[in-house]
Amino acid sequence: MRKLALSDEILMQVEKPARYIGNEVNSVMKDKEQMAVRFAMCFPDVYEIGMSHLGIQIIYSMLNEWEDVWCERVYSPWVDLDKIMREKHIPLFGLESQEPVKDMDFLGITIQYEMCYTNILQVLDLAQIPLCAAERGEDMPIVIGGGPCTYNPEPMAEFFDLFYIGEGETQYRRLFDWYIENREKGGSRLDFLRGAAKIPGIYVPQFYEELYDEDGTIQGRKKLFEDIPDKILKEIVMDVSDTYYPVKPVVPFIKVTQDRVVLEIQRGCIRGCRFCQAGQLYRPVRERSVDKLKEYAVEMLKNTGYEEISLSSLSSSDYTRLDELLDFLIEDCSKRHTNISLPSLRIDAFSLDVMSKVQDVKKSSLTFAPEAGSQRLRDVINKGLTEEVILKGAALAFEGGWTRVKLYFMLGLPTETEQDIKGIGDLSNKIAATFFETVPKDKRVNGKVQIVTSTSFFIPKPFTPFQWAPMCTKEEFLEKAYLTKQGIMEQLNQKSIKYNWHEADVSVLEGVFARGDRKVAKVILEAYRRGCLFDSWSEYFHNDVWLDCFHDCGVDIDFYTTRERADDEIFPWDFLDCGVTREFLLREWKKAQAEAVSPNCKIQCQGCGANRFGGGICFEQ
Amino acid sequence: MKIRIKFAKYGTMKFIGHLDVMRFFQKAIRRADIDVKYSEGFSPHQVMSFAAPLGVGIESTGEYLDIEVLSMTSTESMMKALNQVMVEGVEVLSVTVLPEHVKNAMASVAAASYSIRMKEGNFPIADLEGTLQAFYALETIPYTKETKKGVAELDLKQGIYEISAHSDGTVYMLVNASSSGNIKPAMVFEKFCQFAGVEIPGEAVQVTRLETYADLARSDEPHRFIPLADAG
Repeated sequence: MRKLALSDEILMQVEKPARYIGNEVNSVMKDKEQMAVRFAMCFPDVYEIGMSHLGIQIIYSMLNEWEDVWCERVYSPWVDLDKIMREKHIPLFGLESQEPVKDMDFLGITIQYEMCYTNILQVLDLAQIPLCAAERGEDMPIVIGGGPCTYNPEPMAEFFDLFYIGEGETQYRRLFDWYIENREKGGSRLDFLRGAAKIPGIYVPQFYEELYDEDGTIQGRKKLFEDIPDKILKEIVMDVSDTYYPVKPVVPFIKVTQDRVVLEIQRGCIRGCRFCQAGQLYRPVRERSVDKLKEYAVEMLKNTGYEEISLSSLSSSDYTRLDELLDFLIEDCSKRHTNISLPSLRIDAFSLDVMSKVQDVKKSSLTFAPEAGSQRLRDVINKGLTEEVILKGAALAFEGGWTRVKLYFMLGLPTETEQDIKGIGDLSNKIAATFFETVPKDKRVNGKVQIVTSTSFFIPKPFTPFQWAPMCTKEEFLEKAYLTKQGIMEQLNQKSIKYNWHEADVSVLEGVFARGDRKVAKVILEAYRRGCLFDSWSEYFHNDVWLDCFHDCGVDIDFYTTRERADDEIFPWDFLDCGVTREFLLREWKKAQAEAVSPNCKIQCQGCGANRFGGGICFEQ
Repeated sequence: MKIRIKFAKYGTMKFIGHLDVMRFFQKAIRRADIDVKYSEGFSPHQVMSFAAPLGVGIESTGEYLDIEVLSMTSTESMMKALNQVMVEGVEVLSVTVLPEHVKNAMASVAAASYSIRMKEGNFPIADLEGTLQAFYALETIPYTKETKKGVAELDLKQGIYEISAHSDGTVYMLVNASSSGNIKPAMVFEKFCQFAGVEIPGEAVQVTRLETYADLARSDEPHRFIPLADAG
């Protein structure tokens, strides 16, 4: 029997001990004596969040397919255990072997959102690994970062030995082979990093220096060795049907956020919404073959015993053979008493028909994401959703028996005016009015319709056309939320509309980290030292501590958020290449300001640059 | 067809709570491809009844759940199929077909037996059996139980059917586990330690539920406890 890293006494003391014991169905145990590489794969948030992430399951299953590699999972210990581990000096451990992470060869950390940065430091700290890469000795694991936030890794550069830029399926074997070779040759940590820096997609931050102008902007970069690349191109899998897929995903004992089989139907998005980072980073669109997906679905349901399956992609409605896939799933799943959940479907006759088959219409709600309140602003952000389409979809839905509608908007988008904000209330009202026009009085369930309108604050992200855009201040954000509320209160159907908005403080910080440079690192380190942790959990977010840290470190928030950037300013992430060119992004930024829309990839190629990968949607017409 | 499944839960699995064990079995039954009966409606669920919830931290060799199946080849093949999809720390011990008239597992539970052992070493009590019997000879064993609504006064004596020391140095007890008079072994052990004048923290002992019983007593006898697996 496995010996647990934590004593019974501790496990009985903490909330949800199942977070720390491993042993889940489909978790992988191996003989450590036979392993050439031991890898700890970490999602730096609590277990229930981390276990819901598909990317980790993909890497976990791929690495464990290799006979000489054992990949284990690591999550952030929750605050209760965090305290105990610090008091008792218990080193952070892998869930499978229950052995210390510091004894493994690699610690891979996926960086999915900016507000997990202090949790990354927590993981390193609890693992008893020096926080800064430069301070790590020969026997410490190599710390690798991956995931969307590595498209601007600079605020966290100091804490990582290397970053893997792009999709994980392609270069890990090569990286491990080099690691084994270097170890056999008796090479040092530095030798390994020197070699790794030449592997495609691998960025070793300590081999580069960021140089600044007097005004604090970036003057350029200096590399410390001639033979390492100036620019790092993202890694990408071009044949997504013939690659690793986790057909035996780990099934948690406790309820987690995504507690179902996840079927990733495609990568990338054709839409080109100008605020959306994922829509640019994952270009070009690559669809999985429908036959492969049917096979995966059946196999995964069998291997896990899950009662629900969900489709995953940035825009499922754009998947070419969606109807065939859904027909198959509806038939197969009804035999298995399995539910289907359908996120990110465009609302039209087809999707409503499908949804009425798989959901209880009376209990479920429909989601529209107009993102902006007016057509003018929707053109600016290139969100190709018109009021007419929304109202038509809503009418169809109301006829079909739905009575609940969720609407998502962003506040603080570039060029936004009071008029655009008023549009949010107007549109919410028109949808409510559509209900009363469409559904006769005697057919109204409980006699009413429920519109939930939510706004988030817009944060400009790297590698989007809005990377040049100034972000709003906290005060501006709150003023906009207030105006939105006012606008809704003035509506005829205001009683049918509920309004939610996000916190502004955390958005401002996210804005700093998203477009930050290496100077921001000391603030993150300082905030962690002063106790900041789980910043994405509102109950643990301490804005006052963060503000003090910025002040004490002499780092100006506005420099990163509200500052207007010149067209030719060098950005901290410009040394990375996600496939989409800077010229394209700038072109889109100018078009946005001219309120001009760009057709999607299926209609007309916009020359973004992603066709250099030689496949996907770019070559399908 | 009603099926009763007996299973053991031990090792790291003792940290998985009752609701999660239910979810675990729902998935395991699907993995094992058992033709289980589902309820109607948009979110159908398996027709399933667990006997008595087991507290987190307690091990067991006598857990039960009942399911209903539409078809099956044999109880042996079902047991084999289930054991192929278990994890370390959960083992199916028997599968039996229940006669239609038998009450479900939860409604049948009357008593449960437990063993309590020191995780390390022996109990610091010289004459364990003698002390246990002296304890059991008390007329009443009052216990103040803290509940969400306040405190409740219980007499544990009523619910203890047997208590003794085993030759391996463990404490054995058979206590009421019915929905109306359930007694936790930890309560009995706490009072016993007070009686014996020793201080043993809860974490120092391992409690194991040995068996769960139905009571098939006729009206003229006090109790006739039968393991749930045999109650069909």
